[in-house]
Amino acid sequence: MYKAVVYVTLRQSVLDPQGHAVKGALHSLGFDEVKDVRIGRYLEVELDTSDLSKAEERVSEMCEKLLANTVIEDYRFEIVEG
Amino acid sequence: MSKLTHKEPTAEQIAEEKLYREIGLTDEEYKSVVNILGRQPNWTETGLYSVMWSEHCSYKNSRPVLRRFPTTGPRVLQGPGEGAGIVDIGDNQAVVFKIESHNHPSAIEPYQGAATGVGGIIRDVFSMGARPVALLNSLRFGELTTPRVKYLFENVVAGIAGYGNCIGIPTVGGEVNFDPTYEGNPLVNAMCVGLIDHDKIQKGVASGIGNPVIYVGASTGRDGIHGATFASEELNEESEKKRPAVQVGDPFMEKLLLEACLELIDTGIVVGIQDMGAAGLTCSSAEMASKAGNGIEMNLDLVPQREAGMSAYEMMLSESQERMLVVVEKGKEAEAIALFDKWGLASAVVGKVTDDGLLRLLHHGEVVAEVPVKTLADDAPVYHRPSRVPAYYEANAKVDPVAAISEPKDLNETLKALLAQPTVASKAWVYEQYDHIVRAGTAVKPGSDAAVVMVRGTRKALAMSTDCNGRYVYLDPQVGGAIAVAEAARNVVCSGAEPLAVTDCLNFGSPEKPEVFWQFEKAVDGMSEACLALNSPVIGGNVSFYNERSGDAIYPTPTIGMVGLITDVDHITTQHFKAEGDVVILLGETFAELGGSEYQKYATGAISGRPPQLDLKKEAAVQKLVLDAIRNGLVKSAHDLSEGGLGVALAEACFGENIGATVSLSSDLRADVLLFSESQSRILISVATEKADEVLALAGEMGVPAQAIGQTGGEQLVVNINGVEAVHAPLTALKAAWKDAIPCLIG
Amino acid sequence: MRVAVIVFPGSNADVDLYNAVEDVMGVPVDYVWHAENDLSRYDVILLPGGFSYGDYLRCGAVARFSPVMEQVIKAAEQGKLVMGICNGFQILTEAGLLPGALLRNRSLKFRCKLSALRVENNDTAFTRDYAAGEVIQIPIAHGEGNYYCDEETLEKLKANNQIVFRYHGENPNGSLEDIAGICNEKGNVLGMMPHPERAVHEWMSSADGRRMFTSILQTWRERNSVQAHS
Repeated sequence: MYKAVVYVTLRQSVLDPQGHAVKGALHSLGFDEVKDVRIGRYLEVELDTSDLSKAEERVSEMCEKLLANTVIEDYRFEIVEG
Repeated sequence: MSKLTHKEPTAEQIAEEKLYREIGLTDEEYKSVVNILGRQPNWTETGLYSVMWSEHCSYKNSRPVLRRFPTTGPRVLQGPGEGAGIVDIGDNQAVVFKIESHNHPSAIEPYQGAATGVGGIIRDVFSMGARPVALLNSLRFGELTTPRVKYLFENVVAGIAGYGNCIGIPTVGGEVNFDPTYEGNPLVNAMCVGLIDHDKIQKGVASGIGNPVIYVGASTGRDGIHGATFASEELNEESEKKRPAVQVGDPFMEKLLLEACLELIDTGIVVGIQDMGAAGLTCSSAEMASKAGNGIEMNLDLVPQREAGMSAYEMMLSESQERMLVVVEKGKEAEAIALFDKWGLASAVVGKVTDDGLLRLLHHGEVVAEVPVKTLADDAPVYHRPSRVPAYYEANAKVDPVAAISEPKDLNETLKALLAQPTVASKAWVYEQYDHIVRAGTAVKPGSDAAVVMVRGTRKALAMSTDCNGRYVYLDPQVGGAIAVAEAARNVVCSGAEPLAVTDCLNFGSPEKPEVFWQFEKAVDGMSEACLALNSPVIGGNVSFYNERSGDAIYPTPTIGMVGLITDVDHITTQHFKAEGDVVILLGETFAELGGSEYQKYATGAISGRPPQLDLKKEAAVQKLVLDAIRNGLVKSAHDLSEGGLGVALAEACFGENIGATVSLSSDLRADVLLFSESQSRILISVATEKADEVLALAGEMGVPAQAIGQTGGEQLVVNINGVEAVHAPLTALKAAWKDAIPCLIG
Repeated sequence: MRVAVIVFPGSNADVDLYNAVEDVMGVPVDYVWHAENDLSRYDVILLPGGFSYGDYLRCGAVARFSPVMEQVIKAAEQGKLVMGICNGFQILTEAGLLPGALLRNRSLKFRCKLSALRVENNDTAFTRDYAAGEVIQIPIAHGEGNYYCDEETLEKLKANNQIVFRYHGENPNGSLEDIAGICNEKGNVLGMMPHPERAVHEWMSSADGRRMFTSILQTWRERNSVQAHS
């Protein structure tokens, strides 16, 4: 059993108003060292498979097809023992 | 107690250690349970009684007083007692509506609290078989100056928007007021209005011995356990710890549930249907069985569960959202389940209707509870609470609000300042976050006296409004309660509708305090008088007690939800002036009444004295006049005078179409009093020049004081009083103050 | 002529579109469930607003995999008229029938209000009854209507005259170059965030949306008479 941990964020070139708002809030609380905040989605996908390379291939497909919209989003993932 | 490792106490432990107290039962109540059962209840059974006998479910503190409401009328098809009330609107159609509070959950988690409040009231309406067509709300917060209040305000609005927008029912109206009294205990009252054909009306009854009981919707988790008990206690530091896991709303799930249930009802196989709201599976099963005089047996192993290892107690008391209980004809369970499958909904036959009058629960092959349903649903204790006139009420009799305010030099500035008070100011910041036009039936959007929704395929439309001025109710509960009803009716009439009926949400402090109970009784009396005088029976509602924080009760706030019928869409009227050169007519009389007014609050920082008086005969007359005049095509705009009086009403009437007005008044009253008094039973209308005489004559016949006070036109609001110019301000400046106030405060 | 209004489980402006077609076009119209896999009998396909599958992942992300979407793509390839409004627009971009994507509103808030639009291209099947450059009042109601595409795509949109509507005056969501609606290169697929179907009667505060529906009807009539002659 494996678990894929998937992170989806807006591409650098795309404005992230949520991240921007959080940055402003952190600044107003005195966290002046905050340079930028990006907000994204975090997904845990439990996989019923024992083949690691197969799992990587499939998760990559999931990301391309559904979990991220590559027009606006980047993704990365890690596969861990579930 | 919801931890997996926690072992449930035995019946003996519950008795000896008085553990029932922790879940809201008093010693006497526990004793009655023992008497009813002839034995000590186990933990699950104790839980059943504790939620069913909470104020929230049983109305044990309020029932004797609620009986004073008029609840019948020729049009009433369903009064209080079901998910929602129903009123006939002709052509085999009826309108279904109800308002309910979600105050305590919203104080703890504003987004989800408000969202699930909306979800709950929608289920109440579609469980009657109706198609929900509109949502309204009534919100109260502290002053918009502290970060906490801003947080509550922003997230309550976002929660209402998040749920209503997604499920696709337009949020067409409501009210938002701000006052320090609601600082620690905001009010979130949500109302839903639906349409139904008479032959589709459903009831929450479990009739027909042997009929299957079907559970459908979201699976059951540990969220919201003891929500009903929680709602029946006041908020304090302790409540933070005691709070149940926050319920999370899933509007998409509810959309599926709504469509599936309406489709199921269309098949004709439904015997009874009820929402699992407060007290979840317990309340829905007990009430349905009790109403039919039957019993219900359920096998809890069959209940769809979201978490592992849930106990019977937890399943019965869970308040997970988006769940319904349905009884169908025997043999039709497969049909029902196939239909739910089509909508992607989990469902299961979890039990059957029995003839023994017992609620019997099985879990892991054992009977874990067996109690008479009648005793759960109908035999809650009834408390006749003592009531006492509060000291502040006596003291206020001597206060002269007018004398306490010195006349301002510049009334332009005062008017501008009043328009910028958050309670008066434009609520566009709020309602622009609500999809108020989905379903494409909204004819009058938020921002007029009442919202109007079309009844497609007919010439009819529905006008609806929520109203309550808690300041008036605080200063004089009886008068204030009557005014709440009168104003709601006035709003509906100003839109061209005849008031049909009322749903109420009675938000008060702790009924165990005699002063609060006095407010409650008096408010109900006042409301009842107004309902009778204005032919608007109460067809349902909800009581929310214990709205207190650290011992201080909120202003008593009996919110009125009113629905009216517009018999022909040509009668739809808004508050906005429509054209230049129309005659402005003021109906009703103005007295020196500043007690509880927005002006008093602004000028002195507090409220005191007596609220405006209300003469129900005059009220009925002015309403009849305006409705007749509208129906005769004489009226171009109609606007009820409320917070901020004539000054604010004139400005608001100008804002919609950016049409100014020049009016001249003569009066013995001080200029500021004349402009900002909140005397009741007054309506501002505009009419075409050639119709003015006819309207004035009609007013004369009906004994309603009426004066043509000026004309619409220009880009200014000009008010002359006794020949002296009191107000002369460009609309742009007034409108900016009114429009920008809330966005500026939110920042 | 027959019109399909596609219904996903969480569609909620399907009734709005259905009513508008009935009231303005007066032609047969059906609700078509998302599990349907034959759209051959329909000439015009409309994708309504709403929250197709709750839109918890991304608006329209799940809907594009509905069985019916293959048929919508096929219909578009055949040159049939396909229009997506609000959530329908989001689904069309997710499905690749229109370029770009819809991001959350810059304000992070849902906005519902009457919005002024400028008709940038009146030479489409959907907008021929408007004048070029005309400013019309159409309501918006969305939380994720902030149109985005990369520069290359934007240049293409401009070069092919695919930008059909722009917000006029206030840009309510922060969309790129005030874009409110676009069409595909062929001009038979249109997506827009504002709701013309909620502006088809005077009592709705604007009736400016009617002409989208009359345009569609007119286009179909012309095409059909051409076909009949040839």
